[in-house]
Amino acid sequence: MLTSLNQRALIVSLLIFGVFLLAWHLATQGSGSVQQMDPEYAKLMGLTATKGTSAMPGPLDVAAKIWEHLKSPFYDRGPNDKGIGIQLAYSIARVMTGYFIAVLVALPLGFLIGMSPMMSKALDPFIQIMKPVSPLAWMPLALYTIKDSSISSIFVIFICSVWPMLINTAFGVASVRKEWLNVARTLEVTPIRKAFTIILPAAAPTIFTGMRISIGIAWLVIVAAEMLVGGTGIGYFVWNEWNNLSISNVIVSILVIGLVGMVLDQILAMFARMVTYPE
Amino acid sequence: MSMFGNPFNGKMRLSRGCECGQHATQEDHARAFRAEAVDTATAGEESAYRRVVEAAVMRAIFPHDATRRAFLNAAGASTAAAALSTLFPIAAATDVFAQAAKLERTDLKVGFIPITCATPIIMAEPMGFYKKHGLNVEVNKAAGWAVIRDKTLNKEYDAAHMLSPMPLAITMGIGSNPIPYTMPAVENINGQAITLAMKHKDRRDPKTWKGMKFAVPFDYSMHNYLLRYYLAEAGLDPDKDVQIRAVPPPDMVANLRADNIDGFLAPDPVNQRAVYDGVGFIHMLSKEIWDRHPCCAFAASREFVTSAPNTYAALLKAIIEATAYASKAENRKEIAAAIAPPNYLNQPLTVVEQVLTGTYADGLGQIKRVPDRVDFDPFPWESFAVWILTQMKRWGQIKGDVDYKGVARQVFLATDTTKVMKEMGLVAPSSTTKTFSVMGKIFDPDKADDYLKSFAIRRDS
Repeated sequence: MLTSLNQRALIVSLLIFGVFLLAWHLATQGSGSVQQMDPEYAKLMGLTATKGTSAMPGPLDVAAKIWEHLKSPFYDRGPNDKGIGIQLAYSIARVMTGYFIAVLVALPLGFLIGMSPMMSKALDPFIQIMKPVSPLAWMPLALYTIKDSSISSIFVIFICSVWPMLINTAFGVASVRKEWLNVARTLEVTPIRKAFTIILPAAAPTIFTGMRISIGIAWLVIVAAEMLVGGTGIGYFVWNEWNNLSISNVIVSILVIGLVGMVLDQILAMFARMVTYPE
Repeated sequence: MSMFGNPFNGKMRLSRGCECGQHATQEDHARAFRAEAVDTATAGEESAYRRVVEAAVMRAIFPHDATRRAFLNAAGASTAAAALSTLFPIAAATDVFAQAAKLERTDLKVGFIPITCATPIIMAEPMGFYKKHGLNVEVNKAAGWAVIRDKTLNKEYDAAHMLSPMPLAITMGIGSNPIPYTMPAVENINGQAITLAMKHKDRRDPKTWKGMKFAVPFDYSMHNYLLRYYLAEAGLDPDKDVQIRAVPPPDMVANLRADNIDGFLAPDPVNQRAVYDGVGFIHMLSKEIWDRHPCCAFAASREFVTSAPNTYAALLKAIIEATAYASKAENRKEIAAAIAPPNYLNQPLTVVEQVLTGTYADGLGQIKRVPDRVDFDPFPWESFAVWILTQMKRWGQIKGDVDYKGVARQVFLATDTTKVMKEMGLVAPSSTTKTFSVMGKIFDPDKADDYLKSFAIRRDS
């Protein structure tokens, strides 16, 4: 029954995809009005104006573009024109740096907050205010104080991805079952041993959920940050193609951003499964 | 024998009061030396370098001044020069010497915005103008004016392409912390246009534009001041009767297509791109508002200018040389091909070509031929700065009394540019100010305040 369920889901998925592609293809067929113009004048104009080609690319254009990028993902023609693979590598490197700094800060701090109700109450207002701030709101401040655009984007990733991890760690640590802690107390386990052998394993699934939310946010943030500061990265790639009004390339980047985000998410989901325990 | 002294001068006297023996006193010597240095410099950089190299060679062959004099008197100066050049490849040595002017550093980063205004800054990279002056420059595309400003203030960029009002605004601390900034060269003159959405093709009279929404690239831009000037001349108050917002150039065409704005005064290739995509038409070129107005500029912090003067000079030479090359109509197609690829402007070649050659489609079915649609002239007239300051004051961006000339002289380094242009054998203007007219109204930089008061629509009280 399970396989047949999977098969049926797959068929429906493919069907939706097919209908979507067909609708897209039909919607972008040239239908704009075409004016008669002098051939010399027409040479100076784009296809949208001369042939009524839709400004929106169809699925075939996008497929051709994808193929073009897949053929040479790592070309480097100067500081402003690099292959999509190189741009992705820049973005991933930035995300990882910011994210790991956030992990290094959020986990110990989360432990502290989770184990001390007083600290939890004291820090709560700050966390609540900082948490909903948009990444782009941090950017000017970061650029102004850090004075380096690349470090600024890493900082913005850090500041945006630290909160979900912090809150989840604190929550996970605080909600370790009282019986387990009481057992530890009767056995006179040292605080450090208690933290590593009881609290950490117990809170791990919640912590990983927080980390999973955070990596998603970090990946969302990097695109916005790179669009703003330019230079390198997938966000810059989107911006550069937008500058050229090349919608096919923008669609390609959207697909690529989605794929990479999914892979990052699945990696953390895998870690989360490894530490899950049955109650 | 002095560095710029003529080494083939056999009549040089050896036993007088100064170090070369030519002059009665050391002061006379110094004065003459300065005068000759200027002469040599004016004669072009090549001959200046050659003179230095020749002097060094003569000194090496005849270390004693007396022997050299004897040789020159016996052989004659021109024979001596010819003989010397067979022994020693002076021409090659001159080249080497010209290359080896001591640069404090050679790896530089220069920021630019992908518009045709930045042509000299961009083309100097693929076409080798930076290399020629011994510099390894990486030109970096930036996402917007605020970003380019912040990255230059952060010193991520050593110098940058800016809108010519920006160095003035930065120096005066409007819209940022005050940091002494300099603008040693204008990049382009003209080259902007007012583009309107296709639906307004019958609304060509600006008096009927009440309620329209316009975009300009930045608050501190010539575009903003020119559009405001144009609207105000038509009797519209740019702050009350229309909406003017700052929109980054790449978003302009998309916004025009989406009907969010009715038009824009924007840098090219944005105008031509709107025509190319069939969303707008070119209402008028900015040269019809003010012919030969400055637009974008090459800017550097005063700190860079003073801390690395040789590097700065080499960079400025490269830019001025590129600008001079770009000012020739016959080079424009080649330049368009060099700057259109994704690494630079990232635009279809025909769009860039139409902008640079001035043979363009206007969006209404006509082919226009305006060779000076955009032109390139590096000279930063101080009166340009004064005009910009009057407009900043007119629209309330700066308040109170302004030392127009003082600020202009501090930021627009006209004297530096004159020097470099002369060194390179280009014709530099003899004065640093001039009068010009904007929409038929004469602007005299000496009467800036009167000029400002003569406008009916203005924000300053």
